[in-house]
Amino acid sequence: MAGVRLDKPWRALTAANVAGLAGELGVYQLADGEGTVIRIGYAGGRSLFGLRSELQAALAAGGGASQFRTEVTAGYMSRYDELLMVHVADFGSLPEGNADDARRRLGRLTPG
Amino acid sequence: MDFEMTAEQALIVDQVRRFVREEVVPLEAKLDPDASRLEPEDQARLVSITRAMGLYGLGIPPEFGGPDVDIVTQTLIAIETSQHRAGLYSPCFGAFGGAGLAQLYEANDDQKERYLFPMLRGEKHGFFGLTEPSGGSDPARAIRTQAVRDGDDWVINGAKIFISGADGADFGIVFARTDASKGRGGVTCFIVDADTPGFYVRRVVHTLRSGHYGTELQFEDARVPHANVLGEVNRGFAIANDRLTRQRIPYAAGCIGVAIAAQRMSIDYAKQRETFGAMLSTRQAIQWMVVDNEIDIQTARWATLAAACKAARGEPFRTEAAMAKLLASEGASRVVDRAIQIHGGYGVTKDFPFERWYREMRIRRIGEGPSEVQRIVMARDLFDQALY
Ligand SMILES: Cc1cc2nc3c(=O)[nH]c(=O)nc-3n(C[C@H](O)[C@H](O)[C@H](O)COP(=O)(O)OP(=O)(O)OC[C@H]3O[C@@H](n4cnc5c(N)ncnc54)[C@H](O)[C@@H]3O)c2cc1C
Repeated sequence: MAGVRLDKPWRALTAANVAGLAGELGVYQLADGEGTVIRIGYAGGRSLFGLRSELQAALAAGGGASQFRTEVTAGYMSRYDELLMVHVADFGSLPEGNADDARRRLGRLTPG
Repeated sequence: MDFEMTAEQALIVDQVRRFVREEVVPLEAKLDPDASRLEPEDQARLVSITRAMGLYGLGIPPEFGGPDVDIVTQTLIAIETSQHRAGLYSPCFGAFGGAGLAQLYEANDDQKERYLFPMLRGEKHGFFGLTEPSGGSDPARAIRTQAVRDGDDWVINGAKIFISGADGADFGIVFARTDASKGRGGVTCFIVDADTPGFYVRRVVHTLRSGHYGTELQFEDARVPHANVLGEVNRGFAIANDRLTRQRIPYAAGCIGVAIAAQRMSIDYAKQRETFGAMLSTRQAIQWMVVDNEIDIQTARWATLAAACKAARGEPFRTEAAMAKLLASEGASRVVDRAIQIHGGYGVTKDFPFERWYREMRIRRIGEGPSEVQRIVMARDLFDQALY
């Protein structure tokens, strides 16, 4: 059973690092230089080149992120929701880049 | 027995079919292939259409404000509403509303005010908490979650697993053992508010169904008032069983709808895909797959409508519902598998809905009672006794 938190080491959000990612489906987190998560996202079935193209888009958009980490998973939808809920459980609110998710009925988790 | 639709049923089915094809399927083109929900404004628009059709709240008894649609017609509708990518677990993205937790119709007046009516108005959501880590096929024996009476309260300790929707729910129906000496007669059903101290949704249980996950629950000295006992103490299992039997008919119908959609797409594809100088549709190997699909679909459809007809007549329908659930979930699994084979490589891509149906259909042979349990239910009735 994978841990509920995505606690892999952060990598610098650079063109070279992102270009090295496989085109797989999965979830990712973007953080500022302090490691504060500013957005959680997923590369779903309609993404062009999976995590690589999603993170390339994030890099191009700017937005203050300087680090990223990813997790390859075919169950990206449920993992995405889980990461959002765990973030709320840990920090009390959604990451600033996930304001749109507040429009829907997100569940509550109390991870042990 | 005559399974020809009445003129009124044919009209309703046609209306629902057009709704699915013209309103629901186009919305999916812009969603992730695994998505199970719409943008709130799209969802609201669909609901306004089903309300205008007079079909919102299907499954809600008319005395509680649902439309006066009999169970056979509801089954025919359920065969239509699943005919899109997300349709197996999110038929029309919930645009027809739903009966919610049917056990609450058994609630007393106070509980109806606090839970049933808000649920029917869409203000509260509930979960169904029966299965435990110790097993789901035989919950009467497997339930280890305990509730102990303490004054006006019950104190619940234990765990549940695979519970759908608990993380977003306002309350849940939770089955707990209240008399260790009594097996099936020692289980009570409680309504537990999600903000009860000591109630925790501990984790998401990831499955093949990515858009809709299960959860694991923990109860640590969760205190529930006696006023929240649903039905009678030690008689909770009858409530669980009743829901499971009724639920099998729409559950089967959803599988049949997906199988029909997969079959329709397979026939269309076979008529236009050419290999070795001829259309796939001219190859006997492909024709037989399509024929076998049709046999699976029709067998399941007849069995499901037979169960619905018996239920409509007020006759016992437990065996028929179990047979329908078994035939539909297993038959539709084969249909989706053959549809993938007919589509070749495209069949397993996310460009088509088959791979999602394939994953989700696999769960249908386990959820709401696995195939083996359906056979146990039928065997019990056939031998006219409890075998276990
Ligand atoms: C996605 C998903 C969502 C779910 N949602 C809910 C929910 O909302 N609420 C809820 O309460 N439960 C829910 N469930 C649980 C589901 O109802 C159980 O998984 C199911 O009842 C089987 O229980 P089990 O998994 O513990 O298998 P077990 O009971 O451990 O059985 C294991 C296998 O053995 C077979 N078996 C058992 N007894 C016999 C026998 N006598 N002879 C031959 N074979 C036998 C079973 O059929 C099964 O294949 C969900 C499950 C899934 C996968």
